[in-house]
Amino acid sequence: MTIKEIQEEIVDEFSMFDDWMQRYEYIIDLGKSLPLIDEKYKTEDNIIKGCQSKVWVHGEQNDDKIVFTADSDAILTKGIIAILIRAFSNQKASDILEANTDFIDEIGLKEHLSPTRANGLVSMIKEIKMYALAFNAKN
Amino acid sequence: MLDINKIRADFPILTQKVNGKPLVYFDNGATSQKPKVVIDAIVKYYEEINANIHRGVHTLSQLATDAYEVSRGKIQNHINAKFPYEVIFTAGTTHGINAIANGFASILKAGDEVMVSALEHHSNIVPWQMLCEKTGAKLVVIPMNEEGELILSEFDKLLSDKTKIVTVNHISNALGTLNPIKYIIDKAHQFGAAVLIDGAQAVPHLKPNVQELDCDFYVFSGHKICGPTGTGVLYGKEEWLRKLPPYQGGGEMIATVSFEKTTYADLPHKFEAGTPNIAGGIVLGTAIDYLNEVGFENIQAYEHELLEYATSKLLEIEGLRIFGTAKEKTSVISFNIDGIHPYDIGTIIDKLGIAVRTGHHCAQPIMDFYKIPGTIRASFAFYNSKEEIDIFVEAVKKAKTMLS
Repeated sequence: MTIKEIQEEIVDEFSMFDDWMQRYEYIIDLGKSLPLIDEKYKTEDNIIKGCQSKVWVHGEQNDDKIVFTADSDAILTKGIIAILIRAFSNQKASDILEANTDFIDEIGLKEHLSPTRANGLVSMIKEIKMYALAFNAKN
Repeated sequence: MLDINKIRADFPILTQKVNGKPLVYFDNGATSQKPKVVIDAIVKYYEEINANIHRGVHTLSQLATDAYEVSRGKIQNHINAKFPYEVIFTAGTTHGINAIANGFASILKAGDEVMVSALEHHSNIVPWQMLCEKTGAKLVVIPMNEEGELILSEFDKLLSDKTKIVTVNHISNALGTLNPIKYIIDKAHQFGAAVLIDGAQAVPHLKPNVQELDCDFYVFSGHKICGPTGTGVLYGKEEWLRKLPPYQGGGEMIATVSFEKTTYADLPHKFEAGTPNIAGGIVLGTAIDYLNEVGFENIQAYEHELLEYATSKLLEIEGLRIFGTAKEKTSVISFNIDGIHPYDIGTIIDKLGIAVRTGHHCAQPIMDFYKIPGTIRASFAFYNSKEEIDIFVEAVKKAKTMLS
């Protein structure tokens, strides 16, 4: 599936929820189920200091695609990471660079991607794009 | 006795809804809300007397200057400073601390010591670190114990003739500890060290008496005591303010200027370069009047009641730990729940209309001491109610259930 298709699928899923509580409960569940990043990648180098919650992100090449794994010490942040990973991982670098995160607004989580939120998510998206950029330059 | 319903009616923002729920504002340690008299006074200033101060011969300038100086006098009385010119208007606590740290650059030499405490806000750490880098002086830290109290026996041992300035907060922003500043001031003076008290978190709860304390400097912000943001006070003993060089150069702070030599204006203008926050300075006086009308004894008694009530209610929650259990503390509760990140709780209770601070509270060394990423901090003011505490405790319980 393309990033766009995955994002549409996520928006669709979220449209089933009536209120914020259901959305948050879903994110919390996602946070609990996200496959953790390999401990060896939870290094100082891979850490995004978000002030409030910490985020670790690691990217790896898999043929012509990039696979991302990530983690956070806060569960809501981790749940949103799961959504972002679902959309952006295992995709081609050029597609990642072209994609945006507008779907996050549509699923009612806009405030979590605010630059003033200090949870590390904005920096994480930047990091994902940087991986893609570096990957593109290399190939 | 404090009539809570009457008080709450003074604060227009308290009727706001946030995320569809009535606002419960427990982030008073970050900034206080403003009563209608303060909001009205800002409007009145701009509608009726706005003009630049200390320079015009025209009537409005005179009115604005008078109002500004009347406010200075109110602050002088409020903190019991000896002279009005010992009260310097600043943009806030951080500004005041930087002005003094900067001034001490001309006094300190390599090998001298600057003493801070383990309980400080970053704004009372970083300016002194910068000063030490500039001068080669050493930063020395008074340690704290598990309860969040300064260890005075260690403080005694750290003091020496090398100590030139000791700078501690009156009340800790992260934990609410009320520090024994009178002891610290007297002891530091025995070694000839100056003492700066960061009163940012104290002034909402008490009326500092700077002459009785005998501190050399006392700094605080206006926005934490119902005043406008961008206002603050630096109190300094006359001899110190005369001794220290000005922090900023510019208009208002000079006596004469030529390209060969500038002489500085007398106090307090020497430390008040440029056009100040005139409206802010004037209205800070209005805010102080308001607080004195409510009465600090009433405020203290009532806030203590809120603190006790909230503490006992919160401790009913299993796995909840309060950080900062000093014998002497003000209406601040910093806490965590086992296995749950403070950010998660803060985010969920925000959805329920509750404003608290989460994170390290600009006091990372304290969080490092407890080996935690941060806490949830509820800080109460005299306009908060027990009903709000009930709503808050229920919200925390709900967040805990969702996140466990």
